[in-house]
Amino acid sequence: MFIVKYIKEVWGAVRSLLKGMRMTGYYFTHHKEIITQQYPDNKAILNLPERFKGEVVMPHNENNEHACTGCTACELACPNGTIKVITKFEIMPDGKKKKAIDKLVYHLELCTMCNLCIIACPTDAIKMAQTFEHSVFDRNQLTKILNNPGSKIREGVE
Amino acid sequence: MWSLSKITDTIQNWLNQTFNPTWALIFEMLIVGVCVISLFAILGLILVLMERKVSAWMQIRLGPNRVGPKGMFQSLADTVKLLVKEGLTPGGADKLLFNLAPFVAMIVAMLLMAPIAFAKDFQMWDLNIGVLYVSAISSVSVIGILMAGWASNNKYSLLGAMRSGAQIVSYELSAGLSALAIVVLTGSLSVSDIIYSQADGWWIFKGHIPAIIAFVTFIIAVTAETNRAPFDLAEAESELTAGFHTEYSGMKFALFFLAEYVNVFIVCAIGATLFLGGWMPFHIGNWQGFNHVMDFIPSSIWFFGKTFFLIFVIMWFRWTFPRLRIDQLLNLEWKYLLPISMINLLLITAMAILKWHF
Ligand code: SF4
Ligand code: SF4
Repeated sequence: MFIVKYIKEVWGAVRSLLKGMRMTGYYFTHHKEIITQQYPDNKAILNLPERFKGEVVMPHNENNEHACTGCTACELACPNGTIKVITKFEIMPDGKKKKAIDKLVYHLELCTMCNLCIIACPTDAIKMAQTFEHSVFDRNQLTKILNNPGSKIREGVE
Repeated sequence: MWSLSKITDTIQNWLNQTFNPTWALIFEMLIVGVCVISLFAILGLILVLMERKVSAWMQIRLGPNRVGPKGMFQSLADTVKLLVKEGLTPGGADKLLFNLAPFVAMIVAMLLMAPIAFAKDFQMWDLNIGVLYVSAISSVSVIGILMAGWASNNKYSLLGAMRSGAQIVSYELSAGLSALAIVVLTGSLSVSDIIYSQADGWWIFKGHIPAIIAFVTFIIAVTAETNRAPFDLAEAESELTAGFHTEYSGMKFALFFLAEYVNVFIVCAIGATLFLGGWMPFHIGNWQGFNHVMDFIPSSIWFFGKTFFLIFVIMWFRWTFPRLRIDQLLNLEWKYLLPISMINLLLITAMAILKWHF
């Protein structure tokens, strides 16, 4: 029936519009939901959302050890060529040679914070940090070496 | 009791005693002109700030909060900024029409102020065809917009102006029909008669469901007529840069901006007058005590309270709904609002004849 369909359409439209207005009306009356951060003023109590991504870092433990095996999965995963893994061969005490990283070069200026490298890493050696004050005067300072000087791979990580 | 009408009476008596009637009339006109212009300026400042705060809170933001306490002087600062900007006229533009258009938009808004009753017996011109006057003058505003769009010599402006023309011409119909609903119930076109007929209850309560339908169609149609989102196709920042006022800058742009806000105020004032009783306090039938308490609130506060409530509702629309496409816009008017308001008008006429309303 034409007229029934017509009335149903009008009713449906009015209902969905009112639903939308209820949402904005809720936000209008509930100011605690406001998510604006008054940045330079609230530096001390900055409250960043959990999923905020600032830069790629490689965590080290207290013995200056990381979990990177030098597998280059992150380098292959990166769509922008941001990461460059430079490997070397370490001579083990038993005389065997083992692949390890020399440097993990990270070009912050190329990174889009897409998180693909973090997902690709099989040993969770890298993660996203929440720092974001990245501006520097010289572009070269944006090229970072993620592994600390003199760091080794943690025991037991293959 | 203190009231605005007493002040005007005193001024009028004093002028008539001091000068001869012609000069007294001229002085009165001057005073009214100054009052209207200052009301415009104040309304512009308040409504811009209100819009920015409302939009911010609805979008979980803070809004202006740096200039003055809680950002209260933000719109003043904006005005200063606009005043010192250069008012550029583009090379290929039609100079006369281009510079005339903002003033046409503004003057239309000013003319519409005439029949509005701001408080009890406080009205510039109580003409006996107030409602007709309002609907006639408000359709002139499209000329200002078309003028601006055409004279700018810019395709975005022209597109915006054309859309606005189509929009205002079609939505005028349902706005007029729903205003007519109240005229049918009252039996008069005069604004003060319409207000006095609501002494025992506002029409939105007295007119049962048809009056509520008329009110809703009225609000939708006037939102479209004032070119506000979700019907802001004439400006449509995301597709037409700024539509008909793309080429305007400085104070000429500010005049368009101001005219939009004043138009919103006026249509809300008219909506409040027709459906919510204008300055009439909230009365229920013959509850003497209750009605008496309500009378203690000054009539101007009732008027501005209702008007600002409607303005808030229109802002609420703006910051909730996405913009319509031009075909959806015309569909909404011709396939939905117009038939509904026509049938509704018939219902209301039957109601008025059979005296079904309270
Ligand atoms: S976050 Fe994305 S762009 Fe940045 S280094 Fe990882 S994969 Fe490359
Ligand atoms: S960071 Fe992870 S993915 Fe990249 S080389 Fe090291 S172990 Fe492989």
